[in-house]
This record gives sequence, C-alpha cells and structure tokens, in this order.
Amino acid sequence: MTTSQLLLNGIAVFLTFCIFSFLYKDNPFYKFAERLVAGVATGYWTVLLFHTNFRDKVWDTIVINHQFIYIIPALLGIAMWTRFSKNYSWISRYSIAFYIGISSGAGIPLIFYAGIFKQLQGTISTPLSFSWAGLNAFLIIVAVLAALVYFFFSAAHKGTMGTVSRIGIYVVMIGFGAGFGLTVMGRVALLVQRIIFLKGYAIALFGG
Amino acid sequence: MTFLEKLMQVDRRWIYLAIGVAVIIPAIKSFNVPVSPSPEVKKVYDFVENIKPGEYLFVAMDYDPTSLAELNPMAEAILKHAFIRNEKVVIVTLAQFGPGMVEAITSRLATEFNKVRGVDYAFLGYRPYPAITILAMGVDFRSPFPVDYYGTPLDSLPVMRGIKNFYNVKGVIDLTSGNTADMWLTDGNGRYGFPLAIGITGVMAANYYQYLQSGQLFGIIPGIKGAAEYESLIKRPGEGMTQAAYQVVAHTVIILFIILSNVAYFATRKGRAKSGGAR
Repeated sequence: MTTSQLLLNGIAVFLTFCIFSFLYKDNPFYKFAERLVAGVATGYWTVLLFHTNFRDKVWDTIVINHQFIYIIPALLGIAMWTRFSKNYSWISRYSIAFYIGISSGAGIPLIFYAGIFKQLQGTISTPLSFSWAGLNAFLIIVAVLAALVYFFFSAAHKGTMGTVSRIGIYVVMIGFGAGFGLTVMGRVALLVQRIIFLKGYAIALFGG
Repeated sequence: MTFLEKLMQVDRRWIYLAIGVAVIIPAIKSFNVPVSPSPEVKKVYDFVENIKPGEYLFVAMDYDPTSLAELNPMAEAILKHAFIRNEKVVIVTLAQFGPGMVEAITSRLATEFNKVRGVDYAFLGYRPYPAITILAMGVDFRSPFPVDYYGTPLDSLPVMRGIKNFYNVKGVIDLTSGNTADMWLTDGNGRYGFPLAIGITGVMAANYYQYLQSGQLFGIIPGIKGAAEYESLIKRPGEGMTQAAYQVVAHTVIILFIILSNVAYFATRKGRAKSGGAR
C-alpha cells in the first residue's frame, strides 16, 4: 500500500469504527459518520444526475445536437417544479398525468404477464407424478392454495377452511424462516467484509 | 433470579460482542470450508460456460457500496469467468451510487486479464429510472446510452459494433440489491424474453426462487453463499470463499444463542406459569 492509500484507508478504518460504535450506544462519532455518508451520497448523486440526465438528455441534445423534439420532455420536467408555487402548481399535473399515463400503459400489461400469468403457469407447469419432481409440484400447489386461503378473510377460518388456513400459516412461516436465515447470512456478510478490510489494513500497517 | 432468567434479560450488546469476537477468530487463524454448488448457481455457471468466445454477455451491476460485501464477490467471479472464456461483456449499472464502484472493479479485472476497454468489454455507465432504461435498451442500447461511462460514443467502440439491443446478447445477469430485479423480470424478461439470471443479496433471495420454477429466471446466485459457490465452480477462490469460514463461525454462535434463548424462554415460561404470571 502506498502512503496515500494508507491515509485514505485509514480514514475508512476510522469511519468504520465510528459506525460500529453505534452498537454500544448513539454517540457523536456515529452521528458524524452517518451525516457524512448522507452528505457525500447527496452530493454524488446530484452531480451524477446532472451529467447523466441534464447534460446528456437536455443540454447536449437540444443545444448542441439541435434535436428540438426534446424541448417537450424538458418543458414537462420544468413544469414539475411549479409544485413549489401555490398559483402555478396546477401546471405540474400535466407532467404527472403524462408520467402516470406512460408508466401505466407500459407497466400494467407487463406486470400482469410477469407477476401473475407466468407465476400461475409456474405453479402448475410440472405434471403431477409419482416422482420427486411430481411430489414437489404437488407440494407447491398445496402450499400456494393453503397460503391463499390463510389470507382469504371473507369466510370464517373454521372446519376445513380452518385446517387449510392452518397449513397456510405454516407455509408462510417456512417462507419467513428461509428469509430470516438468508437475512442473517447477508448481515453477517456485511460485518465480515469490514473485518476482512480491517485485517488487511492492520497487515499493511504493521506487517503480518 | 436464576441464571436462565438473567439470560432472558441479557443486554443485546453482549450478543454483538460475542458475534464480533467470533468473526475475529477466522481472521487470526484462517481455515477452509468445503463449498458445494447448488443447482441454481450451477445453471448460471453453465450458461456463461456455454457462451462461445466472441459472443456477448450482458451484466447489470445494479448495486451500490452498501451491498458490495455480498455482490462484489459474485460480480468478480462472473466477470473473471467471462474474461477467461474471451466473451465480450457489456456492463451497465442502474444503481445511483454504483458507477464509481463498478468502474473500479471492471478496470482492475480488465487489467488482470489483459482485456481492452471498448474492444473486449464496454461499461456503458449509469442512467436513472431503471424500468425506462431497460425498456429503452431493448430497442437500442444507444438510446439511453449514446455514450459510454467515459464519454465515448457507442458507435466508436469496436465491442459495440454489430450489437444493437438484447436480441444480440446471449443473456443478461443482473446483480442487484434492490427492486431492479423486479424491473429486469418485468420490463426485461417479460417484454423482450431474453434469458435472465440474478445475483442478489441474502435478504432478497427467498423472494425470488419462485421465478426459477416459472422459468422466468434460469439461475439465481443467492448472497455470499452463492458467490462462494460460483468461485468454487470457476476454481478461483476469492472473497466469497474467504467469507465462508467467517460465516460458519458467526452462524454457529448465532445458532447457539438461538438454542440457549429458546431453552431459557421455555424454562422461565414454565416458572412464570407456576407462579401465576403471564404466559
């Protein structure tokens, strides 16, 4: 590691400890690091948006390339800012209407296709048979129906409905359990990555 | 107050300390953990393995530094695999804090594998509004990305000549820590039908397995475990496999705490019931 790398990584080490210090209790070091992250992130994104959105899509296209059709979306974008004025905020409704219209038109059919139709198809795509795949397919169908029954509140959960609903809650709990286990793995990974970083820095600083 | 009752009221900071101390053990005395690839990770590996040299793989690195612990290892493993096989790689990021980090990774790996930017791979950069960007890329990559991350027009890049949109790449792998996975599924795979796999954080993994069943995804790399599996498949151990040892120690401590707290809970509950307390 060069001296500059040592210095920069030293700052990262300091900030890492600042964040970890919150595990003991809230303190000024943690607050400093937290606000630093928020400030740097906001500044970074603002500049990034300027370069990847305004300069490329507005300035370059209209002023340099003379593609004047882009004036329309630029005006719609400017109209959004009228939200700050009591007298002219109604103008922003045109931009919002345009945005929602486009989003709905493009999004709704695709969401139905990918989120509902394909998922329904996936639930019943494997034929039932006396094999592991068949058993798996059977379990999926039973689990999906049972979980749906659990969230069906238009009938009392008694008798058969209650039994199926009970199976449904177990299915949901198994799902939560899988999610919890994977979440723990993810959170530990965050800690481990920092430990590996700190170890690397300690070796670079003191040798090892 | 019995020991078990005290255990039920233990300050959570002792647990933090125990986990912290536990994960330092592998840092002092490292050891290897056997990693066996799961079918969903193997499918991603097989897909990249079956792309012919010179054909295109599209990689979306839609995550920011807060998720690099889990997603950087899998991004590195996939890029190494593609570079070893001399595949052309087109990279984008749809995460607002991703560009600098992605540039650093791609440049480092390109140097390591003697790959030339613009010739062997392209990093197109970042655009906001992921769903719109994905839909636009399906028409022409040049629509949302007239220039790459470095400001070079896409038509000037040899690697981008002859490819227009997703129909010209063999498949897409999205590495993500957020809802861009849904957008790639809906607006990408749903609209254009290209083969799609995702590499995701552990937190997200349980929510996406149903897309394997429906065939909307051909593979999933779940969290750091998936990254370690991919590294084992390409036989290039990286941070994923290094983290595996730490994960084993940390999980052992967590499981011990779960068992201990459950024993304490049920034992003290019995005591509370006998004394007429709340159950």
